[in-house]
This record gives sequence, structure tokens and C-alpha cells, in this order.
Amino acid sequence: MTRVVAWARGFAPTVVALGVALLVTALFILIIGENPLAALRALFDFGESPTAQANSLGVWINRAAPLFLSGLAVSVGFRMGLFNIGVEGQYRIATVIAAGVGAAIVAPAPLHVLVIILVAMLAGAAYAAIPAVLKVTRGVSEVISTIMLNSIAIGIAAYLIRRPFADPDLGEGENTTTRDLPESGRIPGINDLFGLLGLEEPRRPVYGFVFIAILVGIVMAVVLSRTRFGFELRTSGLNPSAATANGVSASSMTIKAMVLSGALAGLVGLPELLGESFRFSGESFVAGYGFTGIAVALLGRNRPLGIAGAALLFSFLDRAGPRLQSEGIPPAAVVIMQGIIVLCVVIVDEIGRRRLLRAEERRARVEDPQTVTEEVAS
Amino acid sequence: MTAEPVVELDGITKRFPGVVANHDVDLTVLRGEVHAIVGENGAGKSTLMKTLYGMHRPDEGTIRVDGSPVDFHSPNDAIAAGIGMVHQHFMLADNLTVLENIVLGAEPRAGGRLDYATARERIRELSQRYGLGLHPNRLVAELSVADRQRVEIAKVLFRGARVIILDEPTAVLVPQEVDALFTNLAGLRGEGLAVVFISHKLDEVLKVADTITVIRRGTTVATVEPSATTPRQLAELMVGSELPTPETRESTVTDVVQLRVDGLTVTSDEGFELLSDVSFSVRRGEIVGFAGVEGNGQSELVEAIMGLRKPSAGRVVLGGEDMTEWTAQRRRRAGIGFVPEDRHRQALLLEAPLWENRMLGHQDQAPLGGRFWINPAAARTDTQRVMDEYDVRAPGPETLAGALSGGNQQKLVIGREMSAELAMLVAAHPTRGVDVGAQAGIWDRIRDARAAGLATVLISADLEELLGLSDTLYVILRGRLVAKLDPAEVTPETLGSYMTGAALEESA
Repeated sequence: MTRVVAWARGFAPTVVALGVALLVTALFILIIGENPLAALRALFDFGESPTAQANSLGVWINRAAPLFLSGLAVSVGFRMGLFNIGVEGQYRIATVIAAGVGAAIVAPAPLHVLVIILVAMLAGAAYAAIPAVLKVTRGVSEVISTIMLNSIAIGIAAYLIRRPFADPDLGEGENTTTRDLPESGRIPGINDLFGLLGLEEPRRPVYGFVFIAILVGIVMAVVLSRTRFGFELRTSGLNPSAATANGVSASSMTIKAMVLSGALAGLVGLPELLGESFRFSGESFVAGYGFTGIAVALLGRNRPLGIAGAALLFSFLDRAGPRLQSEGIPPAAVVIMQGIIVLCVVIVDEIGRRRLLRAEERRARVEDPQTVTEEVAS
Repeated sequence: MTAEPVVELDGITKRFPGVVANHDVDLTVLRGEVHAIVGENGAGKSTLMKTLYGMHRPDEGTIRVDGSPVDFHSPNDAIAAGIGMVHQHFMLADNLTVLENIVLGAEPRAGGRLDYATARERIRELSQRYGLGLHPNRLVAELSVADRQRVEIAKVLFRGARVIILDEPTAVLVPQEVDALFTNLAGLRGEGLAVVFISHKLDEVLKVADTITVIRRGTTVATVEPSATTPRQLAELMVGSELPTPETRESTVTDVVQLRVDGLTVTSDEGFELLSDVSFSVRRGEIVGFAGVEGNGQSELVEAIMGLRKPSAGRVVLGGEDMTEWTAQRRRRAGIGFVPEDRHRQALLLEAPLWENRMLGHQDQAPLGGRFWINPAAARTDTQRVMDEYDVRAPGPETLAGALSGGNQQKLVIGREMSAELAMLVAAHPTRGVDVGAQAGIWDRIRDARAAGLATVLISADLEELLGLSDTLYVILRGRLVAKLDPAEVTPETLGSYMTGAALEESA
């Protein structure tokens, strides 16, 4: 029971933040001379026909899966105070290598998919290991190095699809791309599920990878809360010097956290690759999940369940962009709203954290009236 | 001396919940003098200076400046009354120039903009008058520690201070810089300013001060003139003439050497020796105590034993195994218990619940942890046990550690460390901030562990604790072990003179 109350308490600040964000956005829409209520309606408008609604739902899910994975990847670093801004570059590299390797090998269906997933995770991990090693051996800030590696990743990916992974059957003037994954390396869509639930089937495939994403989320939840690694990660984030004094090696935790973060980042591009595009090209690749993942991780407070909620919320808002446009409201309103939500959450979170500590102090004082809480150096 | 008093403190008492930090403190600082305040760490010097600087208000007593009573609500009030303070840890912005740092917060303005010309002129004048040798346009980042200190002094003078409090100004300086500082102080004195100089280094105090006030256990015990006193007398005033007599008890010291430290030398990044050629051994069932004024190498010794600092020479051997090259992780796993001097920094996760704090350091061993998995349920149960056995007063294992008082936090740390099967224990100030009752409890625990054969390294500023627990007592001074004493026979005079270096100077 107390746990439920505690959980509700932890969730309350987010609800407050969402409310505030909604108000501020409404104000913004008023200022540009449009009707906020119309915008709100557009936000929740999934379309007229059952097919349109199913399509809308499909888009929502398809976008949520990579955002969730990206948020998870960022959160692993955040937990120990590492800012992996490089998820963007890591998933680009991972996706292009997974596409190239996946198209080059032949294997039976489940194994083929598994190999592609592993290759992507390995590639992401390896690319994330670069800033980790730089930080541990040379003290290079991971913020700087990951940002720069993001730019380098674009160049590497462009090279890979032009040379080693290029589709040899491409004609003159066609866009360079990798070869298509064979049938055995694809994950079928879950459009049938819509039918089972009594809905129309969306026209575009809904990525089956979403189930793998959920599985990864569950595994991460267990890893973070029940394993020594998760504990040491949290410890290193909360108080690095106490962690070191108590036998947690800061440098090895930095490497482990970055590598795990990179491995998760490697998954971000897979829902699309294995579910719809089946190949990597400059056009089909959706960039930007890595950066949005930072906001998603913040909003989800670095907890898998929270990140899932944040990813669903962000993709819900993204999905509404075109509809807002048809109401005469610039789709940038969505981006503004997302930004305001994150800002509000950060602020409300900090206030909530302080209030929680005060409340704890009060409770501790009941046990020991003499208690004087020491000033914590800030 | 005919000079009139500029600051008078009369019967100052400052209580914090549970402790009296200062009581009945009387202090008179005259115009044109360097007034030293000496006392051991924790004697109440800082509390007193914070009172004088308006950082908190006294519960009793009056402060008079130039003869009229004042009531400071904040340092701003103190500054307005002409009292300035140079903190031990400098508060300068590295990326600003000397000029910008000095005027920060008290900028001379011309038409809404910073009036550089006036500022530069005034700083140049200050620098010349007091011989500070400042270059207004240099970046603070490029300055040496001694230069930075002069910038801090200039900052205080710029705001019109007539009384300057220097909090342990020599702690950060090398000997030549100390001499230069003393020349500056003489310059300040010559211009009719009063300097309050806080220190625990007796030789320096005797060299520079016109008047010395000794603080012990929160109150002023004597005011003397340096010409009429010896280092020995001063040391005795600081330490007190009565030392607690250690209770007689059976020795549990065995012949088995558990820890051997051999020629241990630790060098700072700047190349100073923080520990020089330290050798000692701790046998099973023995508590080896280290007495010394804080900042003489105790922290470095502890960190070198725990593997948190790399020695430049020497060996550390645990039960026959050379562990000099071991990581901190490996040492902890080998069963070295650790009670650090700063629990907030090195022992606790303030924003985590008590059970996570209980697990910290034991996350890789059964029963609470393991190679892959941790066991939160077992940690919660065992936290409750520690709370009961060590009288940690808190609502429950889910309480955040930061919500506890310092004493309760310390009891949790002690309980945690004593819960494991230990090869040895390194305890720095194990009862700091703990109330008297709990203190006795912790001492009993340490004695019990000793009787069971535990080898313990004990660092403490509390002489009662050191003498009451130690089987062997070393005195550490400027990174060297200068004396090995028998706690049963030591006198306050010998201990005090070794701790302050007076004994060495006499024999030299």
C-alpha cells in the first residue's frame, strides 16, 4: 500500500508539469491568434474513418518504439551522470552496419533477425566505447566527444553505403543504398493484431519490433533495480567519491555504462529497418531519435516505465503535427509543447525532490526529536 | 598598549541543537594589532568567526565595534561595520581578472557602467599602500595560491574593512609564501588595521601575533602575549592540562602483524611531500591511533591505505600480501572496513534510502549482494537490524539517508562497516558528530572487535577517544611520524608539544 502511495507521489509532479505545459502552449496558440480548444481537439483527433484511426494508431506505435529505445539508451548514461549525446551517431552507425551485414548473410528467419540485432548492438556499443575510452584514459568530456562523433557518423554511414555495402544492382543516377534485407531478416508487422482487436488494419506496417522494445525495457528495469551493475551505476551517479571509496571503480563503470548505452542505441534504428525500409539509404533513414531521446529520458526520469510513458507522449504529440497544420496551427507548436513539457518536468522535479527531502526530515525528527539534519554542501 | 579596542566580544554563546559550539567567549581586538586565535580543530574557532562575520547570530552575549553594540544579520552588515573575512577556501572567479574579482559586488559605477579607471586607481593605491603587488589586469587563473590570497585580502580592503579575519591563511602556503604573508600582515598592522589570525600552528602564531587568545572546547581559556609564553605552555593551553586516563584493561594485542606500512611516501600534484617515509605495523587485536593536528597527513595516510591515493614510494602489506598495487575495490573486497573522515563525501548516498546505503560497499558479496544480483529484501531486513543494534533513529529502511542527523548517519556507517567479516578497520573520526551516549556505544563496538582480534587504524582529533582506545599511539606532524607513545603513560604536555612541533624545535 505504501508503495502505491509512494508511486503516486512520484508520478504527481509529472502530471502537474503536463498541466502547466498544456497551459503555456495554449497561451502560445492564443498569442498567434488561433483557437487553443481547436488545437486540443486536433491533438486528440485520430481521424474520421476506422482506417484513418488505425493508421493514426499505427504511426503512434511506430514512432514510440525507437523513441523508447533511444530514451533507454540515454538514461543508462544519465544514471551515473554521463551525458551520452551520441545516441544519434551510435544508432546511425549501428543501423547502416546492421543493414549491410544483414543483407550479406544468409540464415534461417529467426536466427537471421537475431544476428542483425546483435550486430547492431555491437556496432552501437563499439562506437560508444570510443568516447568512454577517451574519457577514462584522457579525461575528454563525453559531451564534446559524442557530439563530434555524431558528425563523423554521418560521414562514415555515407561512405559505407557508397562502397562496401552499396547495392551493386543500382543503376546510374539512382540513390545509393544498401541492398534489401532478404525475407528471413525481416520482422513482420503486427497489423493482424489490429484485426484481432476488432480494428481496421492500418495501411502501413506497424513494426513488430515493438515487442522486442518492450522486452528490452523489462530487462533494463530488472538490470537497474536488481543487479549489482544497476546498483553501482546508481551509486556512481549519486556520489562518485563514495562509490570509489566503497569499491566501485569509476573508470570501469564509465566504460560499462557507455557501452551498454551504445548497445541500446544500436537498437533505435531497427524497428524501421526490419519492419519497413529493409535497407539503409540517406532518404529512408529517420534521423533525430537520438536527440529526442535525451528529452524522453529526462521526462521519464531515467526509469524504464517512465521512459515508456514519455516516448508514448512524445510520439502522440508528433503524430498530431499534420492535423494541427490543417487547423492552421504551425506544426512547430508540437515541438514547442514538447520543449515546455521537458522544462516543466525538470523544474517541478527539482521542487518535488526538495519537498520529499523535507518531508523525510520531518519524519526522521519524529523518531529522534534531537535530530539536526546537517547542511548538505550544495 | 594604548590602542583602543576595535572589536569586543563579550560573553558570546552559540548553541546548535544538541551542542554548545561556543560559550562565554570574551575577545578584545585592538586597533593596529595582529590577534591570533589558536585552538585545536573543533575547538570552536570557526563558529566564533562566523558569529563575528555575521554568518549566524549568537544566542547570548554582545558584539561591540568601536565601542557601540552591533547586531549582524548577515555578512553584509559585518562588511558595512568594517569587518572583512578571507576564507580558507578562496572565493574567486578564475576566468575574471584581478580587478574584476576585487570589485565584484562592490563595483564603482559611472553612468551605469563599471568604472574601470576609478577601480584600477583604487586597487593600485591599495596595492601600493599595503605592499600587495597586485596586477589588476591579470587573470586570476594564472595566479599562484599566494597571489590569490592577496587578491582576497585586497577584496576585503576594497570594501573598507578595518578588521580582517584570516581563516587559517597559512594552511595553503609554502614556507616562503608564509613569510611574505607575514610581511603583508605587518603592513596592514602598520596602517592601523586589526588582523584576526586563526591558526593552529604555534610557531607561526608566536612569530606574527601581538596577542594570542586560546580557545579550548568552545570557550576562551587565556589571552597571552607571545613574548611572555613558550610553545610548550601554549600547547598545554590548547590541549588542556587534564588528559583522560585510559581505562585499564587487558591487552588483546597478538603477535600476528595484520597491516604493515613500510616507507610510505605520498607526493602532491605540485610535488610536495604530504607523507614522508611513514612506517608502522598493526597487529591483530591492536588499535593503533594517530594523534595530530588536522591537516598533517592523516587524510593522505588513510587514502593511501584504502587505495584511493597512489603513494610515490613505500609498501602497504595486508596479512603478508603486498597490496600496494591493489585497487580500492580489491582492498575493500579483501575485508578492509572503512569509516571515512567525511561521511557525506565518501560514505553515504544522501539521496538514497538507508537500505541502499547499507548495501554500499557490500554489493558484491553475499548475503546482500553477489556477482550479478543484489538482494534488496535482505538489505532492508539487515538495515533494520543495524538500526536496532546501533540505535540509528529513523522511521525505517526506506528513509533517505540525507534526512538523518549527522550522528545517526555516523551510527549507520559504523554499523555497516562492522557488519562484515573484517580483515582490518580503518576508522577516521569514528564518533564525530555523535552524541555522548552513542559515542560510548561505538567505542564499545570497536573494543569488542579488537578483543575478537581486529586490527584497527584509528585517526581522531578527540584525545579522549585516541587515548581510550589505542594500544599504540603515533603522533603525526607535517607528514611524518614524529613520536611513538604509550597511551597509558603519555602526558598532555608531551602529547601537545609533539602535536604542535614544539618538542622538535626544542630538541633541534
